[in-house]
Parts: sequence; C-alpha cells; structure tokens
Amino acid sequence: MNNNRQGLMASFDYLDSTVESIKALRGNGFDEITAFAPFAEHKLEQALGYGTSPVRLFTLVGGLTGAATGFAFTIFTAMDWPLVTGGKPILSIPAYVVIAFEMMILFGVLATVIGVFWNMRIPDLKTSVVYDPEVTAGRFAVYVTAPDDRLGAARVILESNNPVKLEQDTDGEAHG
Amino acid sequence: MSSLAVESERGAQTHPDIQSYGEVNVDILKMLSRPGKLWWFLFGLATAGVGLLAFSWGNQLITGIGLTGLNSPVGWGVYITTFVFWVGIAHSGTLISAILYLFRAKWRQSIYRAAEAMTVFAVMTAGLFPLIHLGRAWHAYWLFPYPNERLLWPNFRSPLVWDVFAVTTYFTVSSLFLLLGLLPDIAAARDQAKPGSLRHRIYQLTSFGWRGTDRQWHHFGKAYLYMAALATPLVLSVHSVVSWDFAMAIVPGWHATIFAPYFVAGAIFSGVAMVITLTVPIRKAFGLEAYLTTKHFDAMAKLCLVTGTIVLYAYLTEFFMAWYSGEAPERQAFWNRFFGPYWWAGWIMLTCNGMIPILLWFKRVRHSIAALFVISIFINIGMWFERFVIIVTSLSHEFMPFAWGTYRPSVTEMGIVIGSFAWFAFWFLLFIRIFPPVAISELKEVLPAPLSRSAREEAAR
Repeated sequence: MNNNRQGLMASFDYLDSTVESIKALRGNGFDEITAFAPFAEHKLEQALGYGTSPVRLFTLVGGLTGAATGFAFTIFTAMDWPLVTGGKPILSIPAYVVIAFEMMILFGVLATVIGVFWNMRIPDLKTSVVYDPEVTAGRFAVYVTAPDDRLGAARVILESNNPVKLEQDTDGEAHG
Repeated sequence: MSSLAVESERGAQTHPDIQSYGEVNVDILKMLSRPGKLWWFLFGLATAGVGLLAFSWGNQLITGIGLTGLNSPVGWGVYITTFVFWVGIAHSGTLISAILYLFRAKWRQSIYRAAEAMTVFAVMTAGLFPLIHLGRAWHAYWLFPYPNERLLWPNFRSPLVWDVFAVTTYFTVSSLFLLLGLLPDIAAARDQAKPGSLRHRIYQLTSFGWRGTDRQWHHFGKAYLYMAALATPLVLSVHSVVSWDFAMAIVPGWHATIFAPYFVAGAIFSGVAMVITLTVPIRKAFGLEAYLTTKHFDAMAKLCLVTGTIVLYAYLTEFFMAWYSGEAPERQAFWNRFFGPYWWAGWIMLTCNGMIPILLWFKRVRHSIAALFVISIFINIGMWFERFVIIVTSLSHEFMPFAWGTYRPSVTEMGIVIGSFAWFAFWFLLFIRIFPPVAISELKEVLPAPLSRSAREEAAR
C-alpha cells in the first residue's frame, strides 16, 4: 500500500447504514474499501460487487486429481504384481471406483481448504492494524483508504451514515 | 417493502427470544468461562472411564486377544459392533452441517456445531476399534497401502481396504469442516478476551487471525458450500462402505443389496438420536432455551421418525427376502434373530428401533424435551443392539452345522466398550469448554438484521 495513503475505519450498528456507506463511497470513486461483518452478509458482498470465487477452481482441480490418483494407484498396484485372487480380473475397475471416489472427496476438500486459506489471506496474525473487536459481536464496519487530500470527502460520507465509532489510521494498512 | 426489510424478517420465527446479535455472543461465550461442579463431575467420570479403557486395552495388549470372547466361528464381536455404532453416530453431524445446509434448513444453525464436534469425536472413538480388534495393535500400519517386504500391495477388491480409505477420509473431512466453521467463532471468543492475555493469544492463533473482512466472508461462504457439496456424497458413501464389509461376504443375513441404504438410514437415525441426547443436557446446563427451541427438537424428532421408519421397513424387507429366497440358511439366520440363542438382542433391537419411535408420530411427544431425551437413549441402545444382532447371530450360525457356535463378550471387551463411551465424553466435554459449541456467526444469519430507524419505517410502510 502506498505510504501517503491514510485509512478511516467506521463502525455501524445497522446493516443498512453500512450498505449505504459502501454504495456512496464507491459512487464517489473510492474503491479501496474493506467491509467487516459478524457473519457472511450477502448484502455487503453485493454492494462491493463480488462475483464468483476462485476457490471453486481449487475444488475442481483437487477433486479431479484425487479421482485420477485413486484409479492410477489401484491400477498400478494391481499391475505391479499381477495375481489372480478369487477368480476376479486383475483390474477390477468397479471395486476401484470406491477408492477413487474417496480420494476424489479427500483431495477435493484438502484443495478447497488450501484454496480458501490462500484466498482469505490467513494465517494473518498481525495485531497492529486498526480493528473493531465489536465486529464479531454484531457490529458492521467499513474501512477505506484514500490519498490525504480525499480523506475528508470519505469522512463526510461515512459520518452522514451515523457511525458509532470513527477511527483514523495513519498507516492505511488494515485491508483484509 | 425494501428487500432489506424483507430479509430482516428471516428467522424471526426460529429464535423469537433472541433480541440482538450481541446477546448471542454473551450467551454462547459464557459457556467457555470457568466450569461448574456438574462439568467437573462428568469430566471426572469420563476420565475414570478412559482409565478403564486404557487398563482393559493395555491388559489385552500384554496378555493377548485370548482375553476376549472371540473365537471360531464368531471372530467379530462387540468390538466391530461398537465400531459400526460409532461410525453410525458420526453420520448425523455431517448430515446436519452439509446436507441440511444444501437444503437450506433454517433450524440447523443452533445444533450443527455440537453435531459436528460429535461427528469428529465419534470417528475418533470408532477408529480405536479396528486397532483394538487387531490384537497386535503395533502392526496397525499394515492397514495402509504400502508394498510389504515381498513387494505385495493390498488387495483393493477387499471391502476392508475400502473401509480404511472411507473412514480416514471421513475423519479428515469432518475435522476440516469443523475447524473451518470454527474460525469466525474462535475470533469472537478472542475479541471478548482481554488483549494480551494468554486466552487472547491462544484464540488469536487458533482463529488464524480471522478479522471478518468481506474478502474472508466471501471465500469462506463459497468454500463452505463446496465442502458441503463434497461432504454430502461422502456421508452416504462411508456408511455404505461400512455396510459392504458385511454385504460383500456370503454369510447368511449379511449378503444383501439392501445393506447400503439400510445402514445409511440407521446411521442417521442413531446419529440424530445422539444429537438429542447431547443437546438436551447442554441446553439445560447452560440455559440455552432461546437457542434450542422446541422447534429444533421437533425437527430432529421428525428426522428420527423418517429414518427410523426406513430402518423398520428394511427389517421387514430383510425378513421377506429371507423367506422368499427359499434358502434354508438364510431363513434360519432370520429366524434366529428373534427366536435363536440371541433372541433377547433381537427383541431389544426391534423394541427400541421399531416400536418406541412410533411415539414420535405424536406432536405432544415431539414437543416434550424430556420424552425426546428418553426416546433418544432407547434409540441409541437399540442401534447398538442392531449391529450386535447383525454381526453375532449371523456369524454364530453359518452354513455348516459342525461350525455353529456361540459367543459371549468377556469382561475385557465390556470394559473397552464402556470405556469408549467415556473416551467420547472426555473429548466432547473438553470441546464445549474450549471452543464455542453453538455456531455464533451462522446463528446471526437467521436472526433479523439490525436496521436503522429510517429503514425500519420504510419497511413498515
């Protein structure tokens, strides 16, 4: 983040004030906005203009890799030492479907977890940034960074929606 | 009416007694404060039970598997019974967190965390039994696919190998599902703790520094959806695989195609009953009446009713198939279930799983928490006996008359079975004191959103 940018953190009690602030900020050309919410509130995501998440690619690739690994592994081990047991074919594909299926789920979930951690940018243990601990209890918050000369305009927009708390952040590094 | 106002109506009916978001945090996080006498008593009891488990298993490891009642022809006894029982219990957690999530069932939020924790600890308990049953537990790594000293690989046509894959996958997936869902709630516990305190630092570390930003929530929501979509077929597959441990063998009473759906229904039946058994005391001890309302228990009772009816139907179908097959050993196996040497187990199974749940048809029973608690315990007992009946009556009476025999669990076996319940309780009791046992953030999704006065006025118009 550019060093001559500063941040403003406004906390709100109401969902509609939060959504209005985000819309007004975006309408006035502020796009470095982070919203904080106590739960997955779709209204905020809509106001910020979110689309699909790249996590789904992780899930797909992980799942396909898992299924392929499951089949490859079972087929390889059967071919490694061909041994007829129970009068069954050396390659008993229907039985291997079970293994491939379980590996598909396992790899898919592992890849999803890696993907979501990567995209959520956690672990992130720095505590020096501005943060409102009331957010996990039920407040909403909007954090916006702007160059020094435009900070006043952002402050006017945020104040017009009656925040319960408004903090200035000289570092401008609290985006998530 | 604006769309925001319509949204704020959501769930006002599911939790009418919760006033605000903040109240949820206060009520749930107080469960993580200093434990009371009741908790210490139960925890002491559980620790003693774990001691019994350790003693019995240790004794069996030193002396040998001869301490059990297992012998030819009954090589699978209460160990495998209890293994299947705990795997079954594990199923409703993922059902509630994944399947009901996909179906957008609004009543799952209050119970899903406890159910998911139950799943993880039930799989941990189930996972002990293959090791105990092995006898020489130090060879447990033989379960995993690696080429042995003669470069032979395991036989992937064997359902026992499938089981290793299914159960380890299930344990990994359900643990990750639980941990992912916990992140925002651990952050809530962190924010309530005094900054700089040990508690704050531990929760900061275990929440991975969650701050609840829009980016985090966006990807979190999507990942949760994909994991639910993967966990749903997994739940159904795991107990199907467990059922194939039996159904793939040509033992009379086991070799049936109905086994997979029959076992899955039975697993959900017993799992939901266990959720009721666990949440009723939690609700009472922590005063969570506003969170776990009769509506929630009514919904769980209905789930029990549906799956219980499927189980009863499967029992009857099995009898019909045995009679219709015309096979003498098959007919004998099913006759033995109720009139053979283990008739008592068969009747306990039928009474607890088939008859007592009939009471759930009545709304008055479904709305009585005390009645549901008692019924859920009967269902748990019945489902344990169901697995006992399937395993022991079938194995004791296969095809050859000279190979018929009986089986009696030994003191060591009973000690380990009782100890397994204590082992489960030990982890569950620890969990509800360390991490929030009710989903704080997800609960807020079904509460009315807080709106400013102008938005409320617009909504009223």
